[in-house]
Amino acid sequence: MITLTVNGRKQSFHGAPFKRLIDVLRENFALTGTKEGCGEGECGACTVLLDGEPVNSCLIPVCQAEGRAVETVESLGAPEKLSKLQAGFLACGGAQCGICTPGMLMTARAHLKSGVRVDETSVREALSGNLCRCTGYQDIVKSVITAAKKK
Amino acid sequence: MSVGKNEPRRDGPAKLTGRALYLDDVPIPGCWHGVTVRSSVPHGKIKSIRYDPGFAWDECVVVTAKDIPGKNVVALIESDQPLLADGIVRHREEAIVLIAHADRATAYEAAKRVTIEYEPLPPVFDMEKSDKTFKSFLIERGDLDAGFSAADVVVEGEYRTPSQEQAYIENNAIAAYEENGILIITGSLQCPYYVLKAMKQIFNRDESKIRVIQTVTGGGFGGKEEYPSMIAGHAALLALKAGRPVKIVYDRHEDMAATTKRHPAIVRHRTGLTKDGTLVAQDIEVVMDGGAYATLSAVVLSRGTLHAAGAYECQNVRVRSKVVMTHTPPNGAFRGFGAPQTLFAVELHWEKIADQLKIDSLTLRRRNIFKLGSTTATGQRLLESVGAEECLQRTVKKSQYVSKRKAYDRWNKNPRNPTWKGIGLSVCHHGAGFTGSGEVYLASRAGIALTRSGELIVLAASTEIGQGTNTMFAQVAADALGAPVSWFSVETPDTHKVPDSGPTVASRTCMVVGGLVSRATQELKRAFEAEYGRVPQTPADLKKAAAALCAGAPARRFEVSYEKPPEVAWDDATYRGDAYGVYSYAAIVVDLEIDKLTYEVRVRKVTTAQDIGKAINPLLAKGQIIGGSTQGLGWALLEEPIFKDGVMVNSQLTNYVIPTSLDTPPFDVILVEKPYSRGPFGAKGVGELPMDIPGPAVAAAIKHATGRLIATLPQTPERIASSLT
Repeated sequence: MITLTVNGRKQSFHGAPFKRLIDVLRENFALTGTKEGCGEGECGACTVLLDGEPVNSCLIPVCQAEGRAVETVESLGAPEKLSKLQAGFLACGGAQCGICTPGMLMTARAHLKSGVRVDETSVREALSGNLCRCTGYQDIVKSVITAAKKK
Repeated sequence: MSVGKNEPRRDGPAKLTGRALYLDDVPIPGCWHGVTVRSSVPHGKIKSIRYDPGFAWDECVVVTAKDIPGKNVVALIESDQPLLADGIVRHREEAIVLIAHADRATAYEAAKRVTIEYEPLPPVFDMEKSDKTFKSFLIERGDLDAGFSAADVVVEGEYRTPSQEQAYIENNAIAAYEENGILIITGSLQCPYYVLKAMKQIFNRDESKIRVIQTVTGGGFGGKEEYPSMIAGHAALLALKAGRPVKIVYDRHEDMAATTKRHPAIVRHRTGLTKDGTLVAQDIEVVMDGGAYATLSAVVLSRGTLHAAGAYECQNVRVRSKVVMTHTPPNGAFRGFGAPQTLFAVELHWEKIADQLKIDSLTLRRRNIFKLGSTTATGQRLLESVGAEECLQRTVKKSQYVSKRKAYDRWNKNPRNPTWKGIGLSVCHHGAGFTGSGEVYLASRAGIALTRSGELIVLAASTEIGQGTNTMFAQVAADALGAPVSWFSVETPDTHKVPDSGPTVASRTCMVVGGLVSRATQELKRAFEAEYGRVPQTPADLKKAAAALCAGAPARRFEVSYEKPPEVAWDDATYRGDAYGVYSYAAIVVDLEIDKLTYEVRVRKVTTAQDIGKAINPLLAKGQIIGGSTQGLGWALLEEPIFKDGVMVNSQLTNYVIPTSLDTPPFDVILVEKPYSRGPFGAKGVGELPMDIPGPAVAAAIKHATGRLIATLPQTPERIASSLT
């Protein structure tokens, strides 16, 4: 049995210890907000936070999360009460088709909490492991900077 | 008024909280997983299909061509593509056997236990050696010989563009099941009614026994225009045989290797000009590689052909084009739909002409560009909404193109500088809506429903795939009625609920379908006025008005059909007339720097002005422009599907490189709004236009930086290096 904290709640997983974290989140914990885009750690759609650090959950076996804290997009605000970051994305056009959005939000969240100065350069650097095919990134970058200013 | 305002994206909150359900997120009880066994040769006869006797086949459902109840065909323009290969394969990755199992991993394991033996046949991979033409076109204007006789110079050029993968981040995914005798297809798709029409033939079913429902779709860009019909057919065959739901969710490799991509093209220009730079003759030849089956190739070629002469007036034009068969996976729809290929050629050709005439390409463009009253190669007179010149002027000014060209010339002369700098320009037009008589044949319908309780629901089959369809429809309807946008919702594209408003393609959703929504809402408005005395002003008033108009029925629908504007005339036989109701226009300036040691290209800035008639929602429209331009920059600099023995070998996001946030420059976007009288609130198309010309602008900037014209894409460090040696 593997125990981990997911979005603040203690969860336990019974099954193959090398099952991918993304599959455990989606299939065992019904947290389908985390998306799979490539299955090889290239696109970043499956990004979640592991003890606050962004990781590709398609590359993490669940056993590696034993005793650790996982945060997914479901930990952010609800549709009727978006977090500042989510509200920034809505106001600035940071989401189009939306499939990269959960991963993008989690990476951005880690960046905002990192203490690094939030500007165009640092945001582009931070998000460079998350592919988006719709937006051309400019509005995503603007979304993150807007959210940071609201803090 | 809501039109012109940045109404927040309707689908935003669900997408931002992870609650939007894409197909693989939808809980479907008892759903099995379908997988596809594909051909491993590009051309051959199937000799045998063997199933490993050591595998528990009784736990699976297996389907081959003989299980198809109706026609073994994915119906589109031609009916030449089988749903499952039967006896012969014509490309790598062609589907032959389908397997479903309760467990996804076991389904994939089962696929490995199938062995197919082939008798190989010779493949053709070179489009210029193909002896099968799917479609050809000829456009002629004026007298070409007379044009060349009048020319002071004749400039020839050959331009090649590669394939391109749509690379939506959500792979293709479709589920199928039967419920109360109705075959239900649901998933990631652009065109519900295309799927419906294909299913009718495969399953010999009446339309009423088939229902297609779009789920939230993680990007399309054309890649989910026609191919979902194939996957839907596969999932439905498995589901009907298994007697339970089956979903097919492609992985990235399968999606890239097996599904449609942009048509590779070769375009040749022979251009006659007088010495002051006036175009007097354009002779253009286009060849496109359609792949193994016709799919949408005829219409891709049509759009490519109609844009081949560029946004310039020339009295004497000939365009000859053809799309041919090769033994590669069929190419299909991708944003721009043939136009980016031919526009790359005509735009970059200006740089060659500029060298020969010793007149810069900006001056040459200004001399020949479409103006109000210009006539196109098909003889279409441009009588309204012609923003080409304004786009050019504003882009040139905002980007400081002229002064930067001079400054970079000075920079490049200094051998001690570590980089070369370049700035390049392109201009284009892009026809909005279906080509020629296409919209007439489509005869799209859309509407609005008023429910007894006072809900207002837009009814259209146009899909939200990220571009903002639902938000735009609500804004158009709100202003057509003169009511708050919050009163309106948009129905899920579901063939049992919405009329056939045609496919979500061809930059037609806003201009054509948005126009229908506007007209339908005006009918509702007239009904309010006639039967209730006024348009309701408050939610309580709306409830009362709804009860009055519905008169006991649960809802009342107001639907309208496409009506061809009387001034639009097109002749398919001669390919003359008004090829499109109207054109959108764009100009772009790309400012870049090349490392002299590594030849790495850094795009520093992109400035673009785009005439889209009216931005219903400027934030969403700019999102289309920046996103589409970024796909164009990817095609120009990074993206190249590598084919070996007829199959894409770099079918991963690891080695098929699309732009990241660090590869993408800041964009300065200028919206030009030359209203179109037939578009809703003046709107024209925006979806494809931005993809059209980043390619030639990048190539022109690299030419400015290095002095070498590279007549193909992508302009990788390797290609730049070899151009300099």
